[in-house]
Amino acid sequence: MIFLKKDDIIPSITHNILLLMSTDNKASIYKKPALEIKSTSFSTSVLAIFSTDLKQIQFLLEEKIALAPEFFKNSSIVIDIQGCPKKKEIIDLSALIKLLYAKKLVPIGINGGNKEQNNLALAFKIPVHTIRGTQPAKNKNEPLQLVSNKDLSIKDISLPENESSTILKRDTKLPLIENMFISQPIRSGQRVYAKGDLTILSHVSAGAEVMAEGSIHVYGALRGRALAGVQGNTDSRIFCSSLEAELVSIAGNYIISEVLDKKKYKSSVQIFLQKKALIIEKL
Amino acid sequence: MARIIVVTSGKGGVGKTTTSAAIAMGLAKKGHKTAVIDFDVGLRNLDLIMGCERRVVYDLVNVINEESTLKQALIKDKRCNKLFILPASQTRDKDALTQEGVGKVLDELSKDFKYIVCDSPAGIERGANLAMYYADDAIVVTNPEVASVRDSDRMLGILASKSRRATNDEEPIKEYLLLTRYSPERVKLGEMLSVEDVQDILSLHLLGVIPDSQSVLNASNAGIPVILDEESDAGQAYQDVVSRFLGENTPHRFINEEKKGLFSRLFGSK
Repeated sequence: MIFLKKDDIIPSITHNILLLMSTDNKASIYKKPALEIKSTSFSTSVLAIFSTDLKQIQFLLEEKIALAPEFFKNSSIVIDIQGCPKKKEIIDLSALIKLLYAKKLVPIGINGGNKEQNNLALAFKIPVHTIRGTQPAKNKNEPLQLVSNKDLSIKDISLPENESSTILKRDTKLPLIENMFISQPIRSGQRVYAKGDLTILSHVSAGAEVMAEGSIHVYGALRGRALAGVQGNTDSRIFCSSLEAELVSIAGNYIISEVLDKKKYKSSVQIFLQKKALIIEKL
Repeated sequence: MARIIVVTSGKGGVGKTTTSAAIAMGLAKKGHKTAVIDFDVGLRNLDLIMGCERRVVYDLVNVINEESTLKQALIKDKRCNKLFILPASQTRDKDALTQEGVGKVLDELSKDFKYIVCDSPAGIERGANLAMYYADDAIVVTNPEVASVRDSDRMLGILASKSRRATNDEEPIKEYLLLTRYSPERVKLGEMLSVEDVQDILSLHLLGVIPDSQSVLNASNAGIPVILDEESDAGQAYQDVVSRFLGENTPHRFINEEKKGLFSRLFGSK
């Protein structure tokens, strides 16, 4: 099985570009610097490989290229062998690279290889990328896949020490979690929405509504409505110092005050989801 | 610059106008030049409570529409020369008020008044929003019952998000809680929320507790702000409130049930 989605093949690579000024100060006033290194990003395709069978890969690749020959002609590609079996058989990387060249693809990087493979890639003058946390595909039955939107952000770029190797160091760009902190009471009629976790140092009044994509912490009485994991995060929890809520919900599973256990009323609790059931536990 | 105080509640009939009249009179009596504005356009009451209803010629809407000057519309109180009343119009509705217009009137008043008390209408619509928009301080009048407390909470939310100070990201409005119609006897019987209950729900600085008293009704009917009735418990409570508002350290009274002496127990009088 192969999946190729048109809109799925545009990962971007960010590069740092340094500005190198000419050492000749006089000249630099009048002239542009001789070179500059800038930070920029371009899109490229990632070829994710899940098999060591080169024949199979070649067959599937030809099939893909046949779909859009012009698109693939001389196009740059990053080889991702993260999902490739590494125990019994190891993919013949040099053969794979040769195959790509033969198909008029230009490999510009390798990701997920072991030390040996990385060295091999460097010998082919292909820089080594490591994109942590990018599991190219869940379906291991797919021997080959083109994946998208691999955001490689590269922190520093070291200039090549010799011609044969260019080693890139980089940080993985993680999405910024926007937690929210409020020290004022949430009044009746007010609504608060946090993209991450929501922490409230005061109470939440009856008739107020607090929502978070992550967990909700209320260091006071929770009298209004609290909805955690509103984007479906079932690991979200609700914590409060005094449970008097009108409604509590985690990832869409809710209970209203009428069915709240009277014994837990006005006590300090945590609320979490267990097999689609909301569990209220005294702290 | 004047300090603009809004007296608000959300719910109707809790004692906003009584409080506005009492506090304005109290501040003026302490020697501060004070103006009290009735924002309840269409249902004007403040002039009745202040006892100046027969002297109303121009009103707030006339001033906003530039049909009269501020000086013409302001009514000087007969009992205290530091107090001025700007009445509301009975013949218009709240749409006659504009934010710019109200801002202009308050700016002009700010030039020679120390305190401006805005008597807010009930509800959370235009009139109430305009009354609180320019405020520096808010006195939230609440009765010790759930509906009133809930509405006050809602109003506090609006104060914190829709006022000029909130929209301009300035220091927030100072909010005070004033509990009116409080009856320690009924609290004891469980018929009324206690001060602690209300404080627990609203978490707000308590400015004072006004006991439920016949004197309030009598004063309103007579057109005399209750604060001038120095004999009554409510009048004394309002005097304490004004002192506390001005930063004096006055202990709270009227929160606990008075121990009745033998004499009053026998005759049941106050």
